[in-house]
Amino acid sequence: MIASVREQFPILHQEINGHPLVYLDNAATSQKPQVVIDAVKRYYEWENSNVHRGVHTLGSRATDAYEGAREKVARFINAESSEQIIFTRGTTTALNLVASSYARSVCGPGDEIVLTEMEHHSNLIPWQQAAIAVGATLKYIPLQPDGTIRVEDVEALVTERTKVVAIAYVSNVMGVVHPVKQIAEIAHRHGAVIVVDGAQSTPHMKVDVQDLDCDFYALSGHKMCAPTGIGALYGKKALLESMEPIEFGGEMINDVGLYESNWKELPWKFEGGTPIIAGAVGLGAAIDFLEEIGMDAIERHEAQLANYAMDRISEIEGISIYGPRKRKVGLVTFNLGDVHPHDVATVLDAQGIAIRAGHHCCQPLMRWLKVSSTARASFYLYNTEEDVDRLVSALIQTKEYFGDAT
Amino acid sequence: MQLDDLYRRVIMDHYKNPRNRGKFEEDAVTIDLNNPTCGDRISLQLKVENGVVADAKYTGEGCSISMSSASMMTDAVKGRTLDEAISLADRFSSLMKGDEVDFDEYEDIEALSGVNKFPARIKCATLAWNALRKGIDAK
Repeated sequence: MIASVREQFPILHQEINGHPLVYLDNAATSQKPQVVIDAVKRYYEWENSNVHRGVHTLGSRATDAYEGAREKVARFINAESSEQIIFTRGTTTALNLVASSYARSVCGPGDEIVLTEMEHHSNLIPWQQAAIAVGATLKYIPLQPDGTIRVEDVEALVTERTKVVAIAYVSNVMGVVHPVKQIAEIAHRHGAVIVVDGAQSTPHMKVDVQDLDCDFYALSGHKMCAPTGIGALYGKKALLESMEPIEFGGEMINDVGLYESNWKELPWKFEGGTPIIAGAVGLGAAIDFLEEIGMDAIERHEAQLANYAMDRISEIEGISIYGPRKRKVGLVTFNLGDVHPHDVATVLDAQGIAIRAGHHCCQPLMRWLKVSSTARASFYLYNTEEDVDRLVSALIQTKEYFGDAT
Repeated sequence: MQLDDLYRRVIMDHYKNPRNRGKFEEDAVTIDLNNPTCGDRISLQLKVENGVVADAKYTGEGCSISMSSASMMTDAVKGRTLDEAISLADRFSSLMKGDEVDFDEYEDIEALSGVNKFPARIKCATLAWNALRKGIDAK
């Protein structure tokens, strides 16, 4: 299966610095299959027009393509209806929309927003800024040494003053899958909403927003085979309806007067300006592609690969691995002795292996781990055990290189 | 891509045996600078007397390139006038652009010339020098 999957990603079939590319930076962004590239190209060659306004044929084609993509996103995460899917620039924009529109209107002085220290900056700063603006308090769910959280700690932390619980479904550093469904139940019992950062979960596992019973769910297209610049926010209908738009302009209005105006119905009231039409079309094609392979198969493949990587990488002398021993999702974050992650990444790059080095947009988590940065290898459906083997032998060489270089 | 162009012996020597690492007990011009994209950070201290960098020290954390560059820079600026220090910083910028530059005052710096072939690492090498410029501006 993998060989035929790999064949569909043109970018993988090249040499980097004289070696076949091993792309292990999928948590940052995934590569794009030919069908997605073709869908965007076809859109611009045959359908391009503005949406929701052209009476002409191209206008209808573009609108159908754009709204068709919305339906695919809704089905992909099992939303009740496509009107609950707001297209955004990505997860960051989606989370900012909830923080700016919802949190700032429902939170007052002394109200609480509950987070974890391991949130990506995009699921931390919007809440921090909202809390500063309205005088709310941020509370952090304590982390266990392996980066997991305990449901009883959430239970103890959430109170009647809690208005929002915001948490990633999957951590982009620790590779942990958080018990979102149980946290949602706790939040709801106290009258709070739960906002789920789905950037690292949606590409890799079957997601069912109704089963999770989450109030908001944010995702990015570019991490799941779609183009950059497109993502989505799912929200429960009553909540979305109660919220004010944060961007005003074309597309989102019903009636505009000189002194006041009102807005279109969902989802368009949150989509001011000409939307990211080609991006949405690409996202629709990416969803078709992923569904054809099957999210269950992708999840199984990645878990297997991640555990193989855990076994192999942990054999390297002097390695530190962050996160739980057993993996459900395909990423491993580590440090190679006292070799700085940038140096590791540069030596690996010289062998055609792309990994991420740095703080992974998680500065508070780096402080919690007491490191300035880490290296991260993250996998997707096209990675193989051979990729892991090349990573491991390159890491061993890196260690030797830096050991000998003194 | 030749890794040895980047990680020269001189660089590894400065990385493993850093010069001027530490803090002054007495007052000194202090500049804290970090590279937000990667988390590298430096705290540079300069003792300036009569328009001359009498002494320099640094603490920080980062990769071999950023820390060796800080070690070399602090060594190189000691005893230089502020104008000479700026001239060193300017020449270091040229070196990062790929120009042929001589550092007769402190030849170790030339070992960092290979960094310009690794665009993602130029920011690592320039961190300490940017701190130097800020320190001189603050004076």
